[in-house]
Amino acid sequence: MKLITAIIKPDKVEALRKALTDVELQGLTITEAKGYGRQKGHTEMYRGAEYDVHFLPKSRAEILVSDDLVEKTITTITDAVKTGKIGDGKIFITEVSDIVRIRTGERGAEALS
Amino acid sequence: MKFILFLSSALLVTNVSHAAVDGEVAYIFNTFLFIFSGILVMFMALGFAMLEAGFVRKKNTSAILLKNIALYSIAGIMFYLVGYSLMYVDVGGYIGSLGGMFYNPTSDELALLDGAENVDAIVETGYSAPSDWFFQMVFCATAVSIVSGACAERIKVWPFMIFAAVMTGLIYPIFGAWTWGGGWLAEMGFSDFAGSTIVHSVGGWAALTGCLILGARKGKYSADGKVSPIAGANMPLATLGTFILWFGWFGFNGGSQLAMGSALDVLAISIVVVNTNIAAAAGVMVAIILSQLMFKKIDLTIALNGAIAGLVAITAGPDLQNHFISMIVGGIGGALTTFAIPLMDKFKIDDVVGAIPAHLVAGIWGTLAVGIFGAGSIGVQIVGILAAAVLVVPLSAIVFFILKGTVGLRMTVEDEAIGMDRAELTTEAYPEFR
Repeated sequence: MKLITAIIKPDKVEALRKALTDVELQGLTITEAKGYGRQKGHTEMYRGAEYDVHFLPKSRAEILVSDDLVEKTITTITDAVKTGKIGDGKIFITEVSDIVRIRTGERGAEALS
Repeated sequence: MKFILFLSSALLVTNVSHAAVDGEVAYIFNTFLFIFSGILVMFMALGFAMLEAGFVRKKNTSAILLKNIALYSIAGIMFYLVGYSLMYVDVGGYIGSLGGMFYNPTSDELALLDGAENVDAIVETGYSAPSDWFFQMVFCATAVSIVSGACAERIKVWPFMIFAAVMTGLIYPIFGAWTWGGGWLAEMGFSDFAGSTIVHSVGGWAALTGCLILGARKGKYSADGKVSPIAGANMPLATLGTFILWFGWFGFNGGSQLAMGSALDVLAISIVVVNTNIAAAAGVMVAIILSQLMFKKIDLTIALNGAIAGLVAITAGPDLQNHFISMIVGGIGGALTTFAIPLMDKFKIDDVVGAIPAHLVAGIWGTLAVGIFGAGSIGVQIVGILAAAVLVVPLSAIVFFILKGTVGLRMTVEDEAIGMDRAELTTEAYPEFR
């Protein structure tokens, strides 16, 4: 089981949700996030004074999948959110040791489906 | 055809026989103007509250709202206890007397209320005295509203309220006595229709003094001179507040005609209302255009300041008989304010809402404009502008320094970090976002 975390542009959240639903990948958690990668922020202005914005608004998408769906998920995410420009974000894949469905107490693969 | 001729001759006759309305009717309309305009100006207190709530960070929202309702109430009490008396009762040249303290209806007024038939004695006064008191009181409140916005997010609540009491009970009434009270500036011919200097610059000078003594909010200016802007939390509230101020300003300027008992007065009020609107509109558009040119993008907060600047600028002479000149006066007000905003940062004066550019700078300009376009003499206008500075800056400074040396003026660094709503009040503005 893997946790797939994708840092994406906030305006791509809906496209991602739709793409995942279309290929019947289940479950998605979105968090509002701020951060920087290669972009390193930019300058903004308020009342005539310039200031540096170091952290850009991003969305963090989290999806739990079984090992056989990892590649399909990655492709789906990439196709849905890629613009080809700097700032598209990153995908991290993490090993998950166990999963619990709170309502039933199911564990592992059963909790996932 | 014959009928039309008849009609027009009838109109002609009516015109010829036109006479001024009788004294009691004039008394009613004059009094109505004071009450109605005063209510509009009272609404400006809400405008300031909303504008300031929009410009501060959310952790200081309840505190700024509290200061606003407190200052309006303090003005109401202090102007009743001493302010009105010092400003209007037996003004000798420099200050009124305390003879009007604890003001109550006169014996003539009480007699009328008791059913006496001495209507004439009352009517001769032209308007009801309480309505005049109310109209003057809301102006006094406006002056101190300007201070709360500029000094927001760091001046402690209690010291601010003490300052508000001195400002509304003493500082504003003294300058008021010099001008509208009939004192030495009025004798010289100083012309300030609704108070570009008397209300807005007086408030602006006090705000500037407060900002200088308080220092900037923590984090606004770094040691190397860099500015880190602190953005306001709520632009819808800031915009709502600005619109409310604009709305109330029709009472502020319109009511300052001080009479509505004749066609002449009603026409003059209409001209004032039109000029007020045109000047505000010009202030906004100039601020929008200039912020685009200077900063490559439009700044909403500067556009909002532009509205106030246009309004403040026209306030000294909204009775101009040329609407186009009002547009120029308001537009220049908007321009000067837009230029003054980055200048404030250059001098590290941290004015949270732009009160100094909008009220002081535009107030000075508007007062000068009366000397340029209106009936006033430019030399006398300059004397009036300087007199406001010479009176208000030292007096405010004394009060601020006394507060600083005794109860303290500014929040501690720790309190400033957690915000005034938690440090000084029990009320957070948006507790569900904890």
